[in-house]
Amino acid sequence: MEMLAMGKYGVYVWTCFGLTFTVLVTCVVQARRRHRAVLREVRRHMQLTETDE
Amino acid sequence: MWTFFHKLASPPHFYGLAGKFIPWFAAIGLPLVAYGTWAGLFIAPPDYQQGDAFRIIYVHVPAAYLSMLAYMVMAIAAGIGLIWRMKLAHAVAASAAPLGAWFTFLALATGSIWGRPMWGTWWEWGDPRLTSELILLFLYLGYMALRAAIDDGTKADRASAVLALVGAVNVPIIHFSVEWWSSLHQGPTLIREGGPAIAGDMLYPLLAMIFGFSFLFGALLLMRVKSEVLYRERRARWVRRLATESAGAA
Repeated sequence: MEMLAMGKYGVYVWTCFGLTFTVLVTCVVQARRRHRAVLREVRRHMQLTETDE
Repeated sequence: MWTFFHKLASPPHFYGLAGKFIPWFAAIGLPLVAYGTWAGLFIAPPDYQQGDAFRIIYVHVPAAYLSMLAYMVMAIAAGIGLIWRMKLAHAVAASAAPLGAWFTFLALATGSIWGRPMWGTWWEWGDPRLTSELILLFLYLGYMALRAAIDDGTKADRASAVLALVGAVNVPIIHFSVEWWSSLHQGPTLIREGGPAIAGDMLYPLLAMIFGFSFLFGALLLMRVKSEVLYRERRARWVRRLATESAGAA
């Protein structure tokens, strides 16, 4: 427990590490979401052009 | 050599190649970050001046380093795209921007949280290191806003590339700010005359974090470039086939 307290700086240290890993996970989620959105967009575009022809 | 470059720049080939590299980058980056986090928090001894607060260095420095590296990647890719009219290079530049913005936000936020107990303030207006890093965030956001505001993809590429190149002067300003002007911010820890100013058991976790973050950035960048390539090639037959195949899986 004493190790986790980080002296009197626990709040600062843990907030920084927590924030960092939250941002990293957000980056992964955003990248995956973007990929799926592009694939959906391609399929939508295909359907539109199919009805044109 | 030229055939190699031509093949690399061909979108379907690059798409496949990027897909192969992503798991490797993640497989190298994740253990490095795991080790760096563990050793940084629990193995490295407390700093004799800062106590345990110095451990923030293990996320702050990699974030700040990546915020500048991502900008260099963005500016160089934008320059290549502008000069050689290479679409893939523009795709790389556009993909680096949101990641760079996140790392810049992280560098500013962790720096601010570190500054509170050490300098007694969250933020100091007029401090050269802090201000130039904030300008970096605005450059990323401006670059993304400019791209989003122009519908024509080719025009968006060219206009945003000019912005990226002009903004590149800010990167050396950030780096040298602590030497050129007096700043609250401490001087360089790693790259300085006389070698790193930090002991081994403090240094190795930091190096692991910097390299680990770099590999994770590489993996994230390739993930984004893949999407960007698909979007740009959305009328191509290989992309349509890929989208149809993924419809069943999703």
